[in-house]
Amino acid sequence: MKEKTKSFFKSPARITILIAIVFFIIALVENITGAVDISSPGTSGATLRFAIPLLMAGLGGLWAERAGVINIGLEGMMIVGTWTAAWFGYLHGPWIGLLAAAIFGLLSGLFHAILTVKIGIDQAVSGLAINLIAAGAARYLSGIFFPPVGGDRTVSPPVETLPTFTVPVVAPFFQSIDEKNIFLISNISGLIYGITTDLSVVTVGLLLFVPLTSWILWRSKFGLRMRFSGENPMAAESLGINVYMTRYIAISVSGMMASLGGAYLALVASSVYREGQTAGRGFIGLATVIFGNWRPSGVFAGSILFGFTDALRVRQSESVMAMIMAAGILAGLLSLYFALARKWKPAGVSGGIALFALWMNLRVTNIPQEFITAFPNLATLIVLTFLAQRLTPPAMAGMPYRRGSE
Amino acid sequence: MTKSKVFWAIVAPLAAILNSLLFVYIILKIRGVDPFAMFGLMISYGFDPRNLVSELNQTVAYYIAGVAAAIGFKMLLFNIGIDGQYRMGAFFGAVVGAAVSLPPVLHVLVIVITAMIAGGLWAAIAGYLKVRRGVSEVISNIMLNFIAAAILSYLITPSMLGTLPEGSQNAQTFPIPKSGQMPTIKAFDGEIYTFLFVAIAVGIAYWVMLNKTVFGFNLKATGLSFRAARASGVNAPRMIFVTTVLSGAIAGLVGMGTLLSDTHNYSMAFPSGYAFTGLALALLGRNHPVGIFFAAFLWSFLERSAPVLEFEGVPPEIVIVMQGTIVLSIVVAYEVVARINLRQQQRAVGSVSAETPAVKESK
Repeated sequence: MKEKTKSFFKSPARITILIAIVFFIIALVENITGAVDISSPGTSGATLRFAIPLLMAGLGGLWAERAGVINIGLEGMMIVGTWTAAWFGYLHGPWIGLLAAAIFGLLSGLFHAILTVKIGIDQAVSGLAINLIAAGAARYLSGIFFPPVGGDRTVSPPVETLPTFTVPVVAPFFQSIDEKNIFLISNISGLIYGITTDLSVVTVGLLLFVPLTSWILWRSKFGLRMRFSGENPMAAESLGINVYMTRYIAISVSGMMASLGGAYLALVASSVYREGQTAGRGFIGLATVIFGNWRPSGVFAGSILFGFTDALRVRQSESVMAMIMAAGILAGLLSLYFALARKWKPAGVSGGIALFALWMNLRVTNIPQEFITAFPNLATLIVLTFLAQRLTPPAMAGMPYRRGSE
Repeated sequence: MTKSKVFWAIVAPLAAILNSLLFVYIILKIRGVDPFAMFGLMISYGFDPRNLVSELNQTVAYYIAGVAAAIGFKMLLFNIGIDGQYRMGAFFGAVVGAAVSLPPVLHVLVIVITAMIAGGLWAAIAGYLKVRRGVSEVISNIMLNFIAAAILSYLITPSMLGTLPEGSQNAQTFPIPKSGQMPTIKAFDGEIYTFLFVAIAVGIAYWVMLNKTVFGFNLKATGLSFRAARASGVNAPRMIFVTTVLSGAIAGLVGMGTLLSDTHNYSMAFPSGYAFTGLALALLGRNHPVGIFFAAFLWSFLERSAPVLEFEGVPPEIVIVMQGTIVLSIVVAYEVVARINLRQQQRAVGSVSAETPAVKESK
């Protein structure tokens, strides 16, 4: 039985069908409620912009945890990225800003690595302290550097924007279909049109980190060592793998990823550093790691989902109700599927979700903003509660390890 | 052995503070101001009686957060959910306090107990997830903090449990009537919260619980070795759950001083960040009730005296950096000391018998 559900979600053809079903429901709901924003080009473009910082934070978390160290300092490392990108971007142009963010992010990751691997202090304490120090340092430095050059104590002077491009042929083609308003087909076209128009080169560049991370983790020698260090450092050490060095590299890369996510916020999503710009995205990145079951593709999916809710929240709050309706319909269908397979427990759970969504649609007119903000956290907590057995975290992530200890 | 332990328990925090002072010294030097003049300024401003009063009030909140964290630490639990637990406590304490009308002392008691229950119940979610689902309390608590903030900012809207005072943008709960307020002690143009005495009582209760009760013994035993405690008949998962709830209940008290003696209502203006502060103070104070007090006072002293730096062109946020470095220095110091102790032990054991190497227990 278990094998069956596993293969259901794994086979590419089935996944395509699943996505098609989801899209069908969204298109249907849009037609019913008139909330046209869910699959509009604007929303898909915004989703991508909101998702990238979460994705980078998530990949950062993934790199660290795969090597066996939890990185709670992601938030602080993102702050490092926002600040250095804006400051060096202001001084020497946005490309240098991006490079500076990568370098300083690498250093902040290395700092976490030295504290947790070499000295061996508690990983959570180190991460939290890094968050605190980064936030304090950014505010301190802003107060000194920004006011003299036309910025503010909390806002940097504006940075030049990075180039964007529109994919030729593809974008106009899908735009034309989107405008024809054909059920379902136009919805999908709108989505493609949205993500192929005014695309930042940085977005494309950072997206490449997903396949790259996948490749490194499962196809390269270093990835094997990294996963080994996360699963069983003692055995890894006994086979001659330098666990400390592996972790140093992995955590440094982790810092770089998170920092680049921060740089994206400062350089692409806006064009300034602003205090509190990261707004807890580092922690949501941590959530996407769990949500994505410690896989790059899962982190990607999670950040798209969370970025999507974020985009909806900002653009059109009625769309959220429509989304809940869509989720409800999907849960209802899942319940039916499980019931037909005579799996009563999951059938009951998804049936409950469907009923809850129905109740919300009937009784609640508007979802408060705050709930949408906390959605990633809530979703992750639910995953942890009900799907904990399905999750496959690195066995020793978060555990202290000393060379030569048992 | 114990003598050296006491020695390190005092020397390590001092070394950590000195280390971070040195760090700040260098930063201020780079800024081009005289560091000692700055420190002097902060000390004279911070020890000004009027500021001392507000520092003391802040110390009360920090102290309780520190004790809440320390209870968790004794069990090797990392209660980073103090933020959410304290918010839940303060909010529901305020709501219940405004809704009921009772005679003076009883009214306060009801508010305080409500706050403890609310904080404890919120922590119970993390406790349940830890014991039953094996979810790391660090992750679940981080998520729960965000969720608590979301729930409360929903509940505090005028259409739910809160109210929007005229001419204000910030929703708040209804005011607690006179009978549910705690008096203040007037001193130096300021008012000291009498909740201070409750904080002291919490500290004493914490010490007694830990050192004089069976529960405290079991708690420490489980914290030291989960397996050993289990083998000797302690229901370790239950202990973990109860400790989490207890820590949350104490955390529910964090906002009480402000609520009962100052604002008399809960609003989103209640500060955040108590989770990390609590953990930092427990680390700095080595989970000892007196140590945590000094740490809490240091923290609020730094925060209250920082604004004076502004006049000298030094952004006061330097203090946040300083707090962060203190925490890092202290945990590094403890780690190094523990390493030295371990090595000494190993050497001692090794000299007795070369055949039986000392093995550090690990999970």
